Amino acid sequence: MSRRSISLLKNLRNITNGSKIQTRSVTYMPRPGDGKPRPVTLIPGDGVGPLVTNAVEQVMEAMHAPVYFEPFEVHGDMKSLPEGLLDSIKKNKVCLKGGLKTPLPVGGGVSSLNVSLRKELDLFASLVNCFNLPGLASRHENVDIVVIRENTEGEYAGLEHEVVPGVVESLKVITKFCSERIAKYAFEYAYLNNRKKVTAVHKANIMKLADGLFLESCQEVAKKYPSIAYNEIIVDNCCMQLVARPEQFDVMVTPNLYGNLVANTAAGIAGGTGVMPGGNVGAEYAVFEQGASAGNVGKDTTEEQKNANPVALLLSSAMMLRHLQFPSFADRLETAVKRVISEGKCRTEDLGGNSTTQEVVNAVIANLD
Amino acid sequence: MARRSASILSRLLANPSSPFIAPSRSITYMPRPGDGAPRTVTLIPGDGIGPLVTGAVEQVMEAMHAPVHFERYEVRGNMRRVPEEVIESVKRNKVCLKGGLATPVGGGVSSLNMQLRKELDIFASLVNCINFPGLATRHENVDIVVIRENTEGEYSGLEHEVVPGVVESLKVITKFCSERIARYAFEYAYLNNRKKVTAVHKANIMKLADGLFLESCREVAKHYSGITYNEIIVDNCCMQLVAKPEQFDVMVTPNLYGNLIANTAAGIAGGTGVMPGGNVGAEHAIFEQGASAGNVGNDKIVEQKKANPVALLLSSAMMLRHLRFPTFADRLETAVKQVIQEGKCRTKDVGGDCTTQEVVDAVIAALE
Repeated sequence: MSRRSISLLKNLRNITNGSKIQTRSVTYMPRPGDGKPRPVTLIPGDGVGPLVTNAVEQVMEAMHAPVYFEPFEVHGDMKSLPEGLLDSIKKNKVCLKGGLKTPLPVGGGVSSLNVSLRKELDLFASLVNCFNLPGLASRHENVDIVVIRENTEGEYAGLEHEVVPGVVESLKVITKFCSERIAKYAFEYAYLNNRKKVTAVHKANIMKLADGLFLESCQEVAKKYPSIAYNEIIVDNCCMQLVARPEQFDVMVTPNLYGNLVANTAAGIAGGTGVMPGGNVGAEYAVFEQGASAGNVGKDTTEEQKNANPVALLLSSAMMLRHLQFPSFADRLETAVKRVISEGKCRTEDLGGNSTTQEVVNAVIANLD
Repeated sequence: MARRSASILSRLLANPSSPFIAPSRSITYMPRPGDGAPRTVTLIPGDGIGPLVTGAVEQVMEAMHAPVHFERYEVRGNMRRVPEEVIESVKRNKVCLKGGLATPVGGGVSSLNMQLRKELDIFASLVNCINFPGLATRHENVDIVVIRENTEGEYSGLEHEVVPGVVESLKVITKFCSERIARYAFEYAYLNNRKKVTAVHKANIMKLADGLFLESCREVAKHYSGITYNEIIVDNCCMQLVAKPEQFDVMVTPNLYGNLIANTAAGIAGGTGVMPGGNVGAEHAIFEQGASAGNVGNDKIVEQKKANPVALLLSSAMMLRHLRFPTFADRLETAVKQVIQEGKCRTKDVGGDCTTQEVVDAVIAALE
């Protein structure tokens, strides 16, 4: 399994560094059979999902990328994932996904489909790369943070019960197995991508056993990577440092809930969740979606006016192309998207402009060379 | 209990949320016979920079001739329990001022901060995060009060190892506690002329637990038709906080989210070194530095004596108001804000180079 994850991780390399031309330090030798069109499961999702996945499809066609999509209709209020979907992902091994809205409880019963997808496919790592895009002004400079978040356990175990009327208990489960593999993933990612520092985020002063177990696993793995600096930070101090001096963070490894909040905060300081790419990776499968807010399907006005921001999903599909070992296509797509952002003429509402999704897509297609 | 909390809340009125030159209060304090008598306040210096900053408060109180005198108790973060005499003292005096108590990482010792709050049933933690004029930050127009449930939630401390390598931690949410924190938040907003209360939750994932919290908030919201109420999921909230913090006014949250949100909000408004805060219960109140109660600074700051006393000074101004000494509270706040605005005397965490003592001297000089 580790050999597999190393090859997977190598392909997720070089996602960072927006400001320069990509300089890869691995030469990709085309193997026989590479370059063949790969099928990818596509889940448009709810709300603005279909809009942005359509944007990706258009750009892929314009690039003549050797991927073709198998779309599946999934909506957030379905009770469980449709049968054919899991088989398709297991066959294709890669999926691209818009947002699936998780309904607020109106009597309970429906669990989050985002979370159940991750559990069924055992996608244990969620990666969000938050970095300043040149041309996109934000209040914080020098942000380049990768948040690696444990995706399957922790507070999102979904185990709750009402002990007596008016008292609810919710279980947070932390296991050594999952903590170890997320720590190993984080350090391996840092190693392969030339990152200098890994920071573990925890609240072990209060939750001594649970987060203490997480920290122990991180410390053990850290010993095997002496060239990478390792430190720990308590999550409330971490939130404050993120907004005060974000340049001190490099790779952050966190359990499930803290990772959610830290990823969203980091995405917010670097430009917003509309532009940050991200993916969910497991040992065998990978699902790529918009970086930080998987359950955010936009407001109804955004859907109507069709000005959702497709940049996050476009950059995530570039990550996907690299994962599928089509690095040249990935580079072309990323360069085009970054050029559009730095020109600043075509921006959707959340970035301060007023273009529609289609206009941004056309600009990206025009910038492909 | 509602009558009692209303009187406590009216004392916490007009907190550092009003503009800075001359706070204009909308309640007239009629001195009652016996008011102005010196009050005793329990003082817990704590660990690390705690003694340094509480020393600063004591100096300023003396310089002002404020009618409080402190009963000092030594408590260290690595004690097993808070000593009985300390709790007796707080129950007697009803008010406590506290430096930080470091909570050691790792098993064995539970957090003394948490234990104090549970024993005295101090259910609400309040942090007022506000931009100070003269203190430049990246975000403008920040004026957020984070009201956080203090006793239950993720910090119940109930954990166990099921089998080796698997740990379960319980998060407990009860209707009783959710309701009273919601009522506190709305009453605070009402008495302080706040327009909006936002409930922060993650009920799409933790449906029963945060769902219960939300239900309680919604029920209480119905009684306050003049205050807008809305809900926001916590991850979206974090992003909105750093993108557009001016949209938030009063935020009511369960325990863990409140901790993170309070720290984030304090960070965007200038840092945890300057934000005042307090923990309030139905009968007792503990005032301490706003957002990071367990943060006792690192050893370097203790050695060089460069801790920032502003947060504890402003919290002690909140305490003076709680004790019904509004004129002293106003004088103290005005002096501290003047020192911040002048910008000549600032400690390291807000970009200057002064020691704690220099800041204290500047505040004493600014008192008039």
